Parts: sequence; C-alpha cells; structure tokens
Amino acid sequence: MSINQGDAYLRIDHVSKSFGTFEALTNVTLEIYAGEFVCFLGPSGCGKTTLLRAIAGLDIQTSGRIFQGGRDISALPPSQRDFGIVFQSYALFPNLSVADNVAYGLVSTRRPKAEVEGRVRELLTLVGLGGQEQKFPSQLSGGQQQRVALARALAMSPGLLLLDEPLSALDARVRQHLRSELKELQRKLKVTTIMVTHDQEEALAIADRIVVMNHGVIEQVGTPLDIYRHPGSAFVADFVGHMNFLPVERVAADRVRFGSFEFTAPVNGNQDATATLCVRPEDIQIRNVIPGQDNSLKATIDHMEFLGSFCRAELVVNGGRHLKADFSINAMRDLSLEPGQEILIALPADRLRLFRGDAHV
Amino acid sequence: MSDATLAPAVALTGKVDPAGGQPPRIRPRASGEDWVMRGAIALLAAYFVVTLVLPLYTLLIKSAEDKDGNFIGLANFARYFADPALTQSIVNTVTVSLIGTVITIFLAFLYAYALTRTCMALRGLLRAVALVPLLAPSLLPGLALIYLFGNQGIFKGLLMGHDIYGPIGIIIGEVFFAFPHALIILVTALSVADQRLYEAADSLRASPFRIFMTVTLPGCRYGLISAGMVVFTLIFTDFGVPKVIGGSYNVLATDVYRQVIGQFNFQMGAVVGLLLLFPAVISFTVDRIVQRKQVALLSARAVPFQPQPRPVIDRTFLIISSVIAALLLLILGMAFVGSIITFWPYNLAPTLKWYDFTRLGTDGWGPYFNSLRMAAMVAIIGTAIVFTGAYLTEKSRGAKGLRASLHLLAMVPLAVPGIVLGLAYIFFFNASGNPLGFIYNTMVILVVNTICHFYTVCHLTAVTALKQVDAEFEAVSASLKVPLYRTFWRVTVPVCLPAILDISIYLFVNAMTTVSAVIFIYSANSKLMSINAINTEDAGNTASACAMGMVIVATSAVLKGLHSLLVRRMQRRTQAWRRR
Repeated sequence: MSINQGDAYLRIDHVSKSFGTFEALTNVTLEIYAGEFVCFLGPSGCGKTTLLRAIAGLDIQTSGRIFQGGRDISALPPSQRDFGIVFQSYALFPNLSVADNVAYGLVSTRRPKAEVEGRVRELLTLVGLGGQEQKFPSQLSGGQQQRVALARALAMSPGLLLLDEPLSALDARVRQHLRSELKELQRKLKVTTIMVTHDQEEALAIADRIVVMNHGVIEQVGTPLDIYRHPGSAFVADFVGHMNFLPVERVAADRVRFGSFEFTAPVNGNQDATATLCVRPEDIQIRNVIPGQDNSLKATIDHMEFLGSFCRAELVVNGGRHLKADFSINAMRDLSLEPGQEILIALPADRLRLFRGDAHV
Repeated sequence: MSDATLAPAVALTGKVDPAGGQPPRIRPRASGEDWVMRGAIALLAAYFVVTLVLPLYTLLIKSAEDKDGNFIGLANFARYFADPALTQSIVNTVTVSLIGTVITIFLAFLYAYALTRTCMALRGLLRAVALVPLLAPSLLPGLALIYLFGNQGIFKGLLMGHDIYGPIGIIIGEVFFAFPHALIILVTALSVADQRLYEAADSLRASPFRIFMTVTLPGCRYGLISAGMVVFTLIFTDFGVPKVIGGSYNVLATDVYRQVIGQFNFQMGAVVGLLLLFPAVISFTVDRIVQRKQVALLSARAVPFQPQPRPVIDRTFLIISSVIAALLLLILGMAFVGSIITFWPYNLAPTLKWYDFTRLGTDGWGPYFNSLRMAAMVAIIGTAIVFTGAYLTEKSRGAKGLRASLHLLAMVPLAVPGIVLGLAYIFFFNASGNPLGFIYNTMVILVVNTICHFYTVCHLTAVTALKQVDAEFEAVSASLKVPLYRTFWRVTVPVCLPAILDISIYLFVNAMTTVSAVIFIYSANSKLMSINAINTEDAGNTASACAMGMVIVATSAVLKGLHSLLVRRMQRRTQAWRRR
C-alpha cells in the first residue's frame, strides 16, 4: 500500500487547548494523508482524546487551525464537518433496532426507503452482521455492538473516520480479532482513519503511522517500526514496548562507560558528558558471546519469569544494576539457564539508543 | 514492508509562534440549532425570572416597606419581634417541628429497616401502605384526628384530659403527613449497602449490635441527616394540618395566612414568610451537601446487600411495621368513616349525603373539576417544561454559565415553602402595573405556581435520567447530520419515558393535594377541591370536608394505579431493548 504524499487531507496547525489553567494540548501540528490509518497513542491524560474531539468539533480548540480537504473547519460545529465517529461506549441508540441505528443518518437525508434499506444491508454485511437487522443493541455482544457502531459511522460515507478507544471495552480475544478486521475494512474502504488508543500493541499492529503524545504535546510521529526501532525520546522508548535504561558516561564520541564496562554506542547528536543508554530486553544477546567481545558484559541471573513463548530474566550487572532480558525457550534449554548463574551477554551497538542523562529512571 | 517507506511527514515546530504574542483564539461558530438551543435556554431563564426570582424579590421588598409602600428597612421585623404574641409562634413552630421530626424519623427508620434489611413477610404490601399518605392533602389527617380524639372522638380518653386541638394534634397529623417522605429517603439510604462489609464484620466475629452500630448506622448516616432535614422543613412550613387541628396554638404558616387573609397586613405577612424561608433554606443547603456525599458511599464494585432470614428479628419487625401501617390506615380510614356517617357520633347510619357537594352552595362539584383540570395541566405542561429544561441544561453546547445558573435556579423551589411562594405570587402578580397581571384570578396562575412549587424534585428526576443516557448521543447525531430535536424526540424521550411518567404523576398528585401555595391565589372561578375542603371545615362541616379529602385521595390513587399499570405494560413492551 502506498500513501499519497502530496497535500495533506487533514492539517492540524499549531492547535492548543486549555481548560482553565490546564493546558490539554500545546501547539500541536500534524498532517494526515488521505487513506491513512493514524493512531494517537499515549497514556491517559496525554491529550489524545482532546485532539480527536477538536478534530470532530466536539470540544473546539482554544487556538490554532484545522483544515480538512483544504477547507478551514477550525470553528465549525460538528454538524458542519465531515466525519463519522465511534465511541468506546458505542453510543448505540438502545430503543432502535440495529437497522434503524445504521439508517439513522440516512433517513434524515430523505433518500428513498428502498435505497436506505439496501445501504443498511450492505453496511451490515460489510461489518459481518448480515441478518441481524431487527435485533436491538442489548441483544448483541460487545463486539457486535461495536460493529454496529462502526457501520453507523460509515453509513454517510464520511471523509474521515474517528475512533475513540473503540476496542477498550472489549475483552482481549475479541479485541484482537476486531482489530485485524478493522484494519482490513479500512484498507478496503480507503477511508482516512484516526484511532485514539492507550494500548501500544494495538497501535503497532493497526496503524500506518503512530502519533505518540504526552502531556499535550506530540513526542514522535512515525511508522510503527520506526517508533519501535528508533524511539525519538526516552518517553517513547519507555511507553512503546519494554526498555532498559542505564546511566552512562561518555568517554569518546561513540564510546560510553557503564561502571567498569565500556560500550560502543550510536552517535545521535547528543554529546553531553552523561547520557542514558537504552536497550530492549529482546535485543540483549546471550548466544555466541565470546569473552572480550565488544559490548559484552558479565551478568548474574537474579530470577526468571516464564511468559509462554519466552522467558524474561532479571539480570544483575555491575554489582547492583538490574537489567531485563528476554531469552527464547530454546536458549534457556540449550544454555540451561538458572537463577544464580553467571552469564556473558552482549548489547549489540546497532540496537542501542542514547538519550539525555537526566531522562527517566 | 510498505510501512518502512512511510517517512515521518511531520516536522514538529517549536513552542513559540513566530509572532511572539498570543495566538488568536478560535471562536467556535454556532450552528443554526445551537442558536435555537440558546434561544430556548434564554426562554427558560426568562421563565424562571418571572415565575420564581421576581416574585421572591417582591416578597423581600415588601417586608421592608410600610403600608404605603415606603422603604422602612427592618422596622417591620423590629415590630414583629417586639410582639410576644407573634414571636410565640416561632417557639411553637420549632417545638412541634423538632418533636414531630424525632418521632417521624424514629418510626420511618424502623419501617425502612424492616423493608430493606429483614426477610419479613408482606414487604410489598407494607411498602405500598406506607406511601398512602402521599395521596392525601395534608388537612386530611387533621380532620381524621378530630373524629379520633376531638370532643366527640372515639379515643378522646387516651389523651387524659389534653386537647387534640393544639400541639398534640399538630404533631400526630404531621407525623402522618411526613412519614412517607422520610421513608423514601431512608429506604434508599438503607438499600445501598455492601454485602461484603457485613461478611467481613461477621468473619471478625462482631456481635449483631456492634455490626449495627459500626456498619449499618454509619452507612446510612447521610440518609438520616437528609431525612431529618426534609421532615423538619415539611413540618415547619406545613399549613394544612395546623390550619385544621391547631386550635389556638399558632404556628408561622397559619400566622402568614391570618396576617394576609384575615388582617390584610401584607407587610407583616411578608416578614413571617421570610422567617419561614430561613430554616427551609438552611436545611435545604445541608441536605444538598449531605446527598452529594451519600452518592460516593457505594463503589461500583460493591456487592448488593441481601438480607438473610432471621426468624425472631423478622417476626419482631413484622409486628412493629404492621402496627405503624395500621396506624396510618386508621387515620385515613377514620377520615373515610367520617365522610359516610350520618351524624357523628349520634347517628352512625351510613350515608352518601356528605358527598353531595351541591348542598353546600353554588360551587357543587365545580372545584373538583377545577382541581382535575389544573392537575392535568400541571402534569402535562409541567413535565414538558421540566424535561426540556433539564435536557437543555444537561446536553446543549456552549452557554455554560447560563446553564449552570439555570440548574441552580431549578434547585431553589425546594427551599421555598408553598405558603411563601403563594404569598410572593400575590405580591408580584397582583401589583398594579405588572403586564402579567391578567393571569391573576385565572387558572393560569395556579398552574404556573404549582409547577414552580414542585419543580425541583422533577428536575432532579429528569437530570438523573438524562445522566444515565449515553453522553455521546448528541455527538453521534451531529456527525450523522441529524438535527438534535430529532434525536431528542426519537431517542432521548423514549429512553427517559419511565422518568417522564414518574414526573407527570408526581406533579398530578401534588397538584391535586396541594393547599399551601394556592390558598392565596385562587379566585372564585378557579377554586380547587383541596381549598374547598379547608373552607368547608372552616364553616363547621367536617364531614363534607372529609368527603372532599377522600375524593382527592381516590382520584390520586386511581391515577397512581393507572400510572403503575402503564409502566408495567411499557416495561413488557420495551423489554426487548431495556433488558440486558
């Protein structure tokens, strides 16, 4: 799939939103392209929902402008914008049947009855609920209700689909299933979609691009792989996936010291004397590490946590610092790893990230 | 992987905008229907100003004027407090209110405990019986007491020489009148209990008495305070009972009436009216604070309390609550008997002649149909205003300050005793030069006054129902380009229908039974049944007054019955979407 990199479909330009003295959004600027699936990701209170509601016009921003398809929609009420929306609570009308819920917007447009019915059937088939037209929302499961909400949001063929934590109220299995269906549907319809979520796994799995937010500002925008591999800040590194943080001192442009160990580390602009070194648990190497190899160090296994397909070991290095490392079940068996054992590990230089010394932990 | 080709297309800009100053504020543009909503909110605000704020303001002004309308500051108050005959009423009112409150709360607590915390038999029936006093005008217990303990009363001997006309009669009558109000609050308070607290206490081997003192009582302390405040205010401001059975024992509510209707001393009436307002406002404020705390008591994860059978306790409480219920029924039943006996106590042959109201004069059954008409208008118009008003304050966009103050205004009527509101209405609508003066002496003023009088409880019912409706319905319909009024009509109203019916029956029954507010503002051609009963009793025809009271009770009961039938049918019909 390729995305048109020409003009942005949705342009958010220096948007700020304050509630009294609290600033929920500070100077947010972002461009979203037609057909893209973008996730706003961040912890609760980071401003992701506020930004979504500003785009919908439900809570209009204090300052800054928003353009959709070239039109300035900054001050328009929601009814004059072009979007469909799905909420975490589904917000289905409980006294209307599934068909009436989906047809709700279509009926006001005074289309012929047969056309409305045809469209409703088509939409329900699309979300996999064909034949359930006459049921009431309370007779459906949570996952089915969310599908109805999705069909209703898509009924008017909106240019923009807004999803506010649509999967959070569902249990884990249904959530995963619906997640892939949602992505499939979006790819088929090519509707520009923004989904708000606090679940990084969900965002990584579904998004074309992820917008990581914290404290009302955008921390990083990028593809899932980009965000995961090259987190732009210590916050992103910590929030997306698991991460170890080690305080280090710089000894050369690309060399840092951690206690008695010295590593080769990437040069990412920062030349401070102290820095924070980041490495993901799954990037810690245990097989085929030769004594004296670059970036190798001795570690003691403190304890291990069995997590199904792999094991997360808590290692102690340099006489006290803890480090998490993920080892495959194979490696565990082959090396017969046990708590208390002393092992040799390596931190591959191309998997390390350096951030400011005072950053985090 | 195609994802990898998607370079981040966004450059984050710095924090300071190029101009260096504050970026221009976005002024949200209102849609057409936003303007309609704002217009409706402004209309509602104007309605409150005319029917509530201005009348009360006029009352306040009146208390600081002399007979010619000159401002004399607090001179009226000084004169009032210098007159021991008048200030005695304050002492009297506080005395009967305090004693009445203690008795009512004690009995209602036992009854509520029996209903919610025991497995005694007949709980459904006993609950229904306890609410019967709500259907009667407050003068009815007074009338029944005359038959029970009056000069010719059956149980006169029980009073051991004391007179029923006076504090004793007032207290008994008020307990009957206030009992269901206290019961409703206490039942609610005792219903919200966490089973796990009791299980924990049991497992720690606490004695039943200790569990009661450390778990049950603290759990409903807010309910007790709230019920106490409500009952105190009810008794403090009630007019019907002391009017009928008070004798020469003056209380503030009857003082207002005498000052205004008897002596045409409007200024002094206003002074007493304001005195009535004071405790009502204080208890209202305490009650609001307390109720807010009550809500937070039960967490979402609590396990609802299920009473376990305890044979001895269950039977004890069955006896206690049956006795209380029997007393309530005795009072109501006595009023009924009084209305069908030929000549108490000399000729006990049953008769219907007291129901032949045409014998009493020209009015005949006219007041009854006036009452019906007014109650129906109050129920229909009132429900429409209250529900639409609550919807506007809860769900519209923008105009935040105005909406919050409307919500506050809607709370005020609860703190204004009916008699004060009625007085305020005379002063405001009867003033020369008021362009709305034409509704004086018509049915309209009675309807407007009664809606205002009972506004708060209805408003709170509507707000509670609306809060349970998904907050995003309006957002969804806006995104679907469906006008709000359509969603209001097609979704919000049907979903809230049970609450809407509750509001309308509440308004109907209260409009049928109310005396205090309307007694000042009825006219010859808008005389109501409840007022007619007071006047008939004044004229010495107690039996016909009883008959009128019973007609009101019967009408309220029939309507209430129809209401529950309707609700039950509706529940069956909408089961499909209401049940989970």
